[in-house]
Amino acid sequence: MRRAVTSLLGLVALLVTALIGVVAAPAAFAGGGEGGEQITGLLLFVPEQGDPQRIEGVTITVTAEDGSQIASVQSNAEGAYTVPLPGPGKYTVTLEEGTLPEGVTLRDPDAGSVETVVNPQEQRAVLFALGEGTRETEGKGEQAIRLVVEGLLFGLLIALASLGLSLIFGTTGLTNFAHGEIITFGAMMAFLVEVLVPRVPFYDTIAGLPVLSSVGGLAFLLAAVAAVVLTGAFGWVQDTFFWRVLRRRGTGLIAMMIVSIGLAIFLRYSYQYFFGASTRSYASYSSQAGLELGPLSIAPRDLVAMGICVVVLVAVSLALLRTRTGKATRAVADNPPLAAASGIDVDRVISVVWVIGAALAGLAGVLLGLSQQVNFQMGFQMLLLVFAAVVLGGLGTAWGALVGSLVVGMFVQVSTLVIPAELKNASALAVLIVILLVRPQGILGRAERVG
Amino acid sequence: MEWGRILSDALQAGFGAEAVIFALAAIGLNVQFGYTGLLNFGQAAFLAVAAYGLATTVATFGLNFWLGLAVGIGAAVVLALLLGIPTLRLRADYLAIVTIAAAEIIRLLFRSVALRDIFGGSDGLQAFADPFYRLNPFEGPIGFGPLTFSNPLGWVVVVGWVLVALSLLVVWALMRSPWGRVVRAIREDEDAVRSLGKNVYAHKMQSLVIGGVLGSLGGFIFALWQAAVSPDTYATNLTFFTYTVLILGGAARVFGPVVGAVIFWGLLSLLEGTLENATRIKAIPAWLLDTTQTSLVRFVLVGLVLMLLIVFRPQGIFGDRREIALDAR
Repeated sequence: MRRAVTSLLGLVALLVTALIGVVAAPAAFAGGGEGGEQITGLLLFVPEQGDPQRIEGVTITVTAEDGSQIASVQSNAEGAYTVPLPGPGKYTVTLEEGTLPEGVTLRDPDAGSVETVVNPQEQRAVLFALGEGTRETEGKGEQAIRLVVEGLLFGLLIALASLGLSLIFGTTGLTNFAHGEIITFGAMMAFLVEVLVPRVPFYDTIAGLPVLSSVGGLAFLLAAVAAVVLTGAFGWVQDTFFWRVLRRRGTGLIAMMIVSIGLAIFLRYSYQYFFGASTRSYASYSSQAGLELGPLSIAPRDLVAMGICVVVLVAVSLALLRTRTGKATRAVADNPPLAAASGIDVDRVISVVWVIGAALAGLAGVLLGLSQQVNFQMGFQMLLLVFAAVVLGGLGTAWGALVGSLVVGMFVQVSTLVIPAELKNASALAVLIVILLVRPQGILGRAERVG
Repeated sequence: MEWGRILSDALQAGFGAEAVIFALAAIGLNVQFGYTGLLNFGQAAFLAVAAYGLATTVATFGLNFWLGLAVGIGAAVVLALLLGIPTLRLRADYLAIVTIAAAEIIRLLFRSVALRDIFGGSDGLQAFADPFYRLNPFEGPIGFGPLTFSNPLGWVVVVGWVLVALSLLVVWALMRSPWGRVVRAIREDEDAVRSLGKNVYAHKMQSLVIGGVLGSLGGFIFALWQAAVSPDTYATNLTFFTYTVLILGGAARVFGPVVGAVIFWGLLSLLEGTLENATRIKAIPAWLLDTTQTSLVRFVLVGLVLMLLIVFRPQGIFGDRREIALDAR
C-alpha cells in the first residue's frame, strides 16, 4: 500500500514538474523575440603588441531583408552586443566604422556588413574581426602539446560520465544507453537555471554584495551547482521509480538494455521539444583569450574545468576507497549476491550509485556545455565514446573507467595529427573494436570468459 | 479536421515505401535477433553499405546498374563477416556496443570530406536511379481504391512488396529446415548446442550474413525511392525504429516484421496527420505544440512505445512469449 502511494506521489511529482517545464521552459529558453531569436557578438581588438582589448561604444545596426531597420545597439563595456530580433529570417548586420575608436580598424574593410540567416529560436553569433590579427601557424610540436592538453580535458570529462556508467553496470548489470541523456540533462539544467536565476527577486542585491560581486558569473556558478544537484535527483528518481521497479519484476538484462534505448530516444526528443534544435551557449559565455604557459596557450576556463574534474574524481575515488559506502559499492559491483549475503543493503548502494553517477554525468554535461555549447544531442554524441572508454578500461570497474577515459580522450584529440578531424571519433571507435578483439575484458578487467 | 485525408494518408503510409523499407530491414533483423538472439544494433550499416554500393558503382564509377546491385549485396556480406569475426564470441551487450560503433564508423566514413570524391560527402550521391525507373511498366496511378500511389512511387512500392514476399518465403523455408532449428537452439542455450557438436560460431555467422543481405534489400529500396543516398539517413535512429517495428509485430515470427512495419507506419502517420491538422486549425494551443514540434512527436512516441512493449508485451502482437530472446542474460 505504501509502495503504491510512493509510486503515485512520484508520478504526480513528475507530471507537475513536466507541466511546469512545458509552461516555463519556453519562456525561460526564449531570449529576445517570441522564439528567442537574437544576434550576439563580441568586439575584441587584437593589436600588434599587447593584450586583446574589448571595444566599447561601437554601434552595430541590424536591418531586415526588406531594408527596414530592426535595431541599433552599442557594444557594452565587455565589448559584447546583443540585438533581439522579431523572428527568424535573413538579416544584415553592419558595424558603423565611424564609431570605432582611434587606431582600431576592421581587419577586412569590406567585411563591415554581414548577411546572416537566423533560424527559429537561434541566437546567432556575428563577429567582426578587428586589428591585424595574430594568425600564427602552429608548429607540429606546439600543435601536439595543445592536442595533448585538449585530450586531457576531454578525457577528464569522459571520465566523469563513464565512472557513473561503469558503476551502474557493475552493481546492476544494466548497460545504460540513456546515460548520454543524463549528461544533456545537466547541461540543460545549467542553462535553464542560469536564465531563471537573475529573475529571482533580490538577485541583484545578492549579486552586488562585496564578496560575491568579485566572483565572475555568479549566475553561472549557481546554475552549475544547481544543475549537478538536480541531475543527481534525476538519477535518484530514475532508479527509485523506474529501474528498481523493473528489477523487482525480474526483467532480463537485455530487455532492460533495450528499455534504456527507448528511454534515451524518449528523453532526447523531449529535450528537443523544450530546448529547440539549435545550439546555444550559456548566457555568461564569453570568448576568452588564451593564457600563455610556456609553449602552451589555454583558456582559463578550460584550466578551471580540468581542475574541477581532477578534484571531483579524486574525491570520488577516495570515497570509494575509504568510506563504508564506498567499500560496499565496490563489493556490490564485484559480486551482488555475495555482498547481499554479507549484509550489505544492495538497494541502498544502487541508489547511491545512481545519484552519484548521475551527478557526475551532470557535471560533465555542464563543463561540456561550457567548452562545446549546449545542444539536445550533445550527450548522445558523447555516449559512444563513453562506452568505448568503459569497455576499454574494463566494464564494471571504477578505475578501469578512469584509465579508459583518459586513453580515449587523448586518442581522439591527438589522432587529429594524422587523420582528418571529422574522423577522430571514428578512430576511437575503431580502437574499441580492436581492443575487443585482443583483450575483451579491457585493460583492468579480470580475464574471465566474456562470451 | 480533415479526417478523410488523414485516414487515407495513414493507409498509404502503412503500405508505402517507408513501411516496405522497414519491413525488409526488420525481416533481416528477425533472422539475426528474433531467431538467433544476436543483438545486432548496426542494421542501419547494412542498409547503408548496400545503398552506397549501388550508388557508388553507378554514379561515381559509371558502371552497370545490375553490377551495382551485386556490389551492394557483396558489400553487405563483407560487412557481416567483418562485424562477425571479432564479436560473435562476445557477450550480448558487447555485441550491441560494437555493432553500434561499427555503424557509426561507416556513417562517418561515408560522410567524410576526405572520401568526398567517391561517396559524395554530406551531400551524398544522386545519379543512379534512372535504370530502375526506366523498367517501370505502369502508366498512371498504381493501386486500387484508397490504396493508390502516384507513378513512379507506386513502382517502387510494388517492387518493394515483391521483395518482401520473396524474403518471407526465404525466411519461412530457412526456419523450417534443420539449420533453422539449430539457430533457434543457439538463441535458447548456446552451450547445449555446442555440447551436441554443432559449430555455433559458423551458424551465428551465417545468420548474420543472411540477415544482413535481407536487410540490405531495404537499403536498395530506400536509395531508389529517394533516388539519392545521404549518410545521415542511415544513422542509429534507423536501427532503433527497426527494433521497434520488429518487437511490435512479434520477433521470431515470419510475418511479425511485416505486420509491425504496416501498423507502425500507419499509426505514426495517423498520429502525425492528426496533430499537424489540429495545430494548424489551432485545436491544440500553440504553447503546447507548435507546427515545428509535431515532427518530434514521432520520436518521443517511438521511445515510449519501445519501452512499454519490452516491459509489458515483449512478444509483440503475434509473437510467442516462450520464444523471445529478451530474457537471457
